[in-house]
Amino acid sequence: MERDRTAGPGAEAAASGVPGGQDSPDAGTAAGAPAEPGPVLVLEHAAKSFGAVQALVDGSIELYGGEAHALVGENGAGKSTLVKILAGVYQPDAGTLLVSSGEITLHNPAMAIAAGIAVIYQEPALFPDLTVAENMFIGRQPLTSGRRIDRRAMRAEAAAIFGRLGVQMDPARIARGLSIADQQVVEIGKAISLDARIIVMDEPTAALSAAEVDRLFDVVRALRAAGAAVLFISHRIEEIFAICQRVTVMRDGRQVLTRPLEGLTAGDLVRAMVGRDLSQQPAEAPGTPGEPLLNVERLTREGVFTDVSFTVRAGEIVALAGLVGSGRSEVARAVFGIDRYDAGTVTLLGHALRRGSPTTAMAAGLGFVPEDRRQQGLVMEMSVQQNVALASMGGLRRGGLIRAAAEHALAADWATRLRIKYGRLTDSVSLLSGGNQQKVVLAKWLARKPRLLIVDEPTRGIDVATKAEVHHLLSQLARDGVGILMISSELPEVLRVSDRILVMREGRLAAEYSRAEASEEGIMSAATGQLDRGSGQP
Amino acid sequence: MTATLLRREPPETPADSGSRRLTERVFRIRESGIIVVLALFVAVTAGVQHRFVSETNIQFILVNTTIYALLALGETTVVISRNVDLSVGSVLGMSAYLSASLFGGHHGIPIPLVFAVGLGIGLGWGIVNGLLVAAGRVPSLVVTLATLYIIRGVDILIVGGGMVTANTLPGSFTGIPKATAAGIPDLAIAVAVVIAAGGYYLRSFRSGRELYAIGSNPEAARLAGLPIGKRVLFAFAVSGAIAGVAGVLWAAQYGTVDSTAGTSYELTVITAVVVGGVAIFGGSGSVAGAALGALLLSTINSALYVLGISDFWDQAIFGFLLILAISIDRIISVKLTEALRLRSTRRGT
Repeated sequence: MERDRTAGPGAEAAASGVPGGQDSPDAGTAAGAPAEPGPVLVLEHAAKSFGAVQALVDGSIELYGGEAHALVGENGAGKSTLVKILAGVYQPDAGTLLVSSGEITLHNPAMAIAAGIAVIYQEPALFPDLTVAENMFIGRQPLTSGRRIDRRAMRAEAAAIFGRLGVQMDPARIARGLSIADQQVVEIGKAISLDARIIVMDEPTAALSAAEVDRLFDVVRALRAAGAAVLFISHRIEEIFAICQRVTVMRDGRQVLTRPLEGLTAGDLVRAMVGRDLSQQPAEAPGTPGEPLLNVERLTREGVFTDVSFTVRAGEIVALAGLVGSGRSEVARAVFGIDRYDAGTVTLLGHALRRGSPTTAMAAGLGFVPEDRRQQGLVMEMSVQQNVALASMGGLRRGGLIRAAAEHALAADWATRLRIKYGRLTDSVSLLSGGNQQKVVLAKWLARKPRLLIVDEPTRGIDVATKAEVHHLLSQLARDGVGILMISSELPEVLRVSDRILVMREGRLAAEYSRAEASEEGIMSAATGQLDRGSGQP
Repeated sequence: MTATLLRREPPETPADSGSRRLTERVFRIRESGIIVVLALFVAVTAGVQHRFVSETNIQFILVNTTIYALLALGETTVVISRNVDLSVGSVLGMSAYLSASLFGGHHGIPIPLVFAVGLGIGLGWGIVNGLLVAAGRVPSLVVTLATLYIIRGVDILIVGGGMVTANTLPGSFTGIPKATAAGIPDLAIAVAVVIAAGGYYLRSFRSGRELYAIGSNPEAARLAGLPIGKRVLFAFAVSGAIAGVAGVLWAAQYGTVDSTAGTSYELTVITAVVVGGVAIFGGSGSVAGAALGALLLSTINSALYVLGISDFWDQAIFGFLLILAISIDRIISVKLTEALRLRSTRRGT
């Protein structure tokens, strides 16, 4: 059935033979050429600029019912802008948008929703104080006579949708505290309840663990089977081949390729994205570990992580792997002093760090690049140079005031070293692409010359080329004697970059591998608890 | 959580309804907390001074509460949408003077018309506030701070050095706060009904829930296509209209109205709202809680008076209560978020 559907959109190729109107024997899609379901959405030659920056030059996309269509491109290629145009958030400067009902101009998100377009963002925006069911039905809750909200009907409808998706979720709980994967499920439920024909997923898997990604794929298949068009945006090429039928590649704000995925290779896609050959990244050369830098002893936080002990040595990259929710980030945050812990010790170079004090941790030579760069890593309203200098204020002060010249020099130096692409250093950091923003966060910490750097998901949502640069940068740092503790959900990244891999499961260290011993299968089975119990303990 | 996504189970499980119960329990605790503090205050004061629980004094407290509780209803509507209305005291003052002075000219003017004038004045200012916030996209703190001064200034220009005195007001008007049914002031009953209706509206109607949604996450509200401007304008119009009506009641209750009527009422009202458990950054809280907050504040005010303690302590105690309420809300919110998060991540493992 799904295979047949693939042929539908693929029929673009077949269409050359069809326009005459002879009945297509192609089953499933049922209709002949005249009735051959046309695209459910066509965006042509959309352009959008912000000030002097032309974010989208020539964006075109065509979606058919029943297909999962991949949209790929490097950061800054214009994908997000295109998505926001479809969502009605941005109004394009030029271009036309056609949906099944005809040409349409989306002046606001409500119009996009009315046109049957639902967008699932990488980090969904829910109402934390409202219930899951209300989040799905806000503005169109089922009513009783007298126009009151029928809560019971609303919850029943929500429960029915979750049941269809095969997801366990209580419609009556408030949304506060839901994991990102659960929040996406709520958004998808909302799209289904809206009977959206076009569902745009903007990097939905970036924050998900492997099992959650599988679950999401099941949902995508269910949506396709119901005839919806799914526009799937991801940086993970293997996911695109796993779930999508066609692909559109964007580069520098233009559509450069739209084709069925069949017959394409990962290399083809990457070439189209970067416009040049990108040699398969070799594993970074391992460093030579020196003295122990960071010692974590039996760190415990009630209900979050238990008895976590490990060492990071100078010049060593240690990865903390595991599923989202296994306690990786929480351990890192506790080590750096952001979160409290109940028992255990953290020592850096033999000095015990005070609990719950990032200031002491920083003074002792610890740096922390958080997972969520927009919320926690950057001050989006401030300039590039201010952000770079943010953690190094002490050295730039004279008589209590920051010297702008010193700040500028510092930022210029690091921007060059990290090859950050920017207009002017005084531009707002929010104008940079995701990859360059991440480099700014790295620069901020590197400028402090840390002895040990904790990086949480350093390449989430970053394009292939920049990702390779970040990996190279981390290895370079390790060779210079910096110890690195890296948290990552991407196993290829873990395997390529790290010298040692610690796997967490349900708040405990489940296994430890050297790079030579490590394999994706090994890490995954340790992380999901399929490892032979008793042998996995480090 | 990861593993559970793969499992196909009926959506309703004990763990899940557990998180719902947890949330609901917390909110019930929050409101009953005010009642406990209130009961403590009443018990202790009554123990020292029996007069405090006399019928007259209870009636006095209830009538005194009505104006604050009404204003708290309007203010809650604004605050849950992540805004604030600082102009209510000034609106009350202008409405009190202008409506009361109507009797000076035409003694036979029907009282409902006087209320309509007060409501109109308040509604007008509420719409001005709402338009500036919703269409002008100026933060409500700044807009209503400005209108606080402007309205008070206009009021002073109109009133000059004059005042309306009780003897110019008809007895049927000044009698409104004194009427009782079965020992309970009519006014308190009427206000309780209005507040119950307001709470019901916010809880059970789409536009009411949308106010909560807007306050809970304005960005999400925009993406969901909610009519933010319209709703926010509505909230300010309600707050203004209620302040206008409260002004008329103020005139009926105190009789003497000059240009200082209602000065700094906005601070007491916001205190009542926050003490009553309405989140100052929007999204959660109830009008019932806010009304309880108002009742608590006027009870404390009266208790101190009965005990012969200086008025100055009022302010200190209000301040202390505010900090206490905010701390409790903060602790509850942190604990609740953590508990809910654990349920989300640990579920099924």
